[in-house]
Amino acid sequence: MNARPHSCFSAVATAAFLIALAAALSSQTAQPPSLSLLSKDGRRALPIALVADQEFVALDDLATAFQLTVREESLGAVTVSYKGKTIVLTPDQALASVAGRLVSLPAPPSRSGRRWLVPVDFISRALSLIYDTRLDLRKPSHLLVIGDLRVPRIAVRYDPLGAAGRLTIDATPRAIATVTQEAEHLTIKFDADALDAPNPPLAAPGAPGLILGVRLVDATTLAVDLGPRFAGFRATSQPVDTTMRLVLDFTAAPTDAGAAAAPVPATPPQPPPPPELPPSFGQPLSAFHTIALDPGHGGDDEGVKGADGVKEKDLTLAVARRVKAAIEARLGLRVLLTRDDDRNVPVDERTSVANNNKADLFVSLHANGSMRPAASGASIFLAAFDRDAAQASAGGAERLPAFGGGSREIELVPWDLAQTRHLDQSSAFAALLQQALNDRVPMAPRPIDRAPLRVLESANMPAVLVEVGYLTNPAQATLIAGDAFQNLFVQALLDAIVRFRDTLPGGGTR
Amino acid sequence: MGRRVAITGTIAVILAFAAAVFVAKRGLPRLWRTPQPAAAAAAPAAPAPPGRKIKARLFYVAEDGTRLTSVERDVAYGEGAEEQAREIVSAQIAPVVEPLVSAIPPGTTLRAVFITKSGDAYVDVSREARTAHPGGTVDELLTVYTLVNALTVNLPAVTGVQVLVDGKEVDTLSGHVDLRRPLAKNLAWVQ
Repeated sequence: MNARPHSCFSAVATAAFLIALAAALSSQTAQPPSLSLLSKDGRRALPIALVADQEFVALDDLATAFQLTVREESLGAVTVSYKGKTIVLTPDQALASVAGRLVSLPAPPSRSGRRWLVPVDFISRALSLIYDTRLDLRKPSHLLVIGDLRVPRIAVRYDPLGAAGRLTIDATPRAIATVTQEAEHLTIKFDADALDAPNPPLAAPGAPGLILGVRLVDATTLAVDLGPRFAGFRATSQPVDTTMRLVLDFTAAPTDAGAAAAPVPATPPQPPPPPELPPSFGQPLSAFHTIALDPGHGGDDEGVKGADGVKEKDLTLAVARRVKAAIEARLGLRVLLTRDDDRNVPVDERTSVANNNKADLFVSLHANGSMRPAASGASIFLAAFDRDAAQASAGGAERLPAFGGGSREIELVPWDLAQTRHLDQSSAFAALLQQALNDRVPMAPRPIDRAPLRVLESANMPAVLVEVGYLTNPAQATLIAGDAFQNLFVQALLDAIVRFRDTLPGGGTR
Repeated sequence: MGRRVAITGTIAVILAFAAAVFVAKRGLPRLWRTPQPAAAAAAPAAPAPPGRKIKARLFYVAEDGTRLTSVERDVAYGEGAEEQAREIVSAQIAPVVEPLVSAIPPGTTLRAVFITKSGDAYVDVSREARTAHPGGTVDELLTVYTLVNALTVNLPAVTGVQVLVDGKEVDTLSGHVDLRRPLAKNLAWVQ
């Protein structure tokens, strides 16, 4: 008698589950992802259309969201205006004229019926330059952060450790998290406006029954679903550079306790000390977390003096401060300045700031000068060494006394030749930066050069010296001292850093 | 009579041979010790008559302002590599008029040039090379490689050049180019 209703209920439940699953699958395959617009007013979705595998958004959707005026001109051009500033788009051209300057787009605007579509990058490359509120496009996570919101990137990793396990959650920039235990899950609430996290943050941890997964509960909360073998946990958190790292160490119930059916205890027992756990507070999940910026010259060393009175030392400091603010806010990386005021810093001290803080990238910022006023354009320099120097740097290891007794093989590299072993990576970064700058600012005829530059030779990490342009060229001096140029330069540097980080092993955090 | 002529001839031959041996012992090692500039390689060891010139390639800022361009010029002949190097650098740092533009800061004078056995030339210039330098990475590179290339291109015996200022080693001229060691010829900075 009891079997019929039960089997009937099961059939209905199974059918409902299958329908829900089919609906979920169909919604996943049929709908392209939407762009989440996140502002102080909340979250809203902007439809994304796929055209030749490129993600596009409709101009009229953008116009509604950002109070833009979109107008089709008689010659086929499309103008997008906001508070007196205008972007001009031309059909069939992957370019936009933004307040008189050309920026490139990954694809030309596209017409769909009566609507104009633009690549999603239009928002960061063009719209952000005329809009009066910060627009932070996080393309991989289809997120557009409008204004100064706290939206940390969340990276989650699970490491099985014998019968136990460890969940590591990095929030960058730092955000404090509070962990509470419910019946069958742990709730992790972040002190932030929203989270930039994949959904789910961790799908299949591969743990044998300790945790089942990590999911997003709401805009600022994660939940860790506990498995049948869960017996207890211990949470610790610690800042690591610009990242706040939360570590949850899980202990497992004994295997003969009928784990599959064992209910989660209301008050979990105190977990025994975890067995042979690796250190929990090392580097953040991203291996790339510190950038040293070197504003050239300073103090009585004024550098190049521009035709209209602009001094190189002031320009480099202003640009460095912009880059630092942008990197810290948008990428959550630690940025060190070799000087943050008007003072003369010896060359070795500049490199020491980068070396002693184990920076992952060193960028020296300069403005160029030439005895000929015609010289113009930005360029990137790499260190150059003669053959003898390169051989000297490959001198090999020496066995030296170690702390605590005994000896260790220590690889010795002369200070002045530290850069020799990073030249390949420096060259890779220079190529990425050239690509990013090409789209945005005028470049010198030879955009990448090698030279025996003193400030690069001792850098024990990938390092470049960037010349933003020529102050001895009157037109360039005016251009590079302006906000529009400096914003484009900063955006190019950010793009290159993100691309470079993603090329490194463990570099990407998403 | 015929016998006397033969004896006189023999003595003349012996004297000529002795003179040749004397020249060889006193003169040739001096030539070997001091490498001669390529343009003057065929010159005799005797002092050159006043006004004698060699052809040398000197370097000036190219039209685009980012590279050097070379110009062939008559330069005073110098006795020996060091003297020739002095003449070349003196000609290189001399003021020029348009359309040439020099990468050497105005007012810079040459204090000394000396060359080591290993082929490194040390060019000691006056302080104006630093104090009057307009700055900028490219400007500094062009200044440095003007001097480096002027010697390494025209004097094959010179393989590296280190720039000294007021008799002392310097880190850089204007904060960029490492001058703490001799630099080799680099034609990448020449159009």
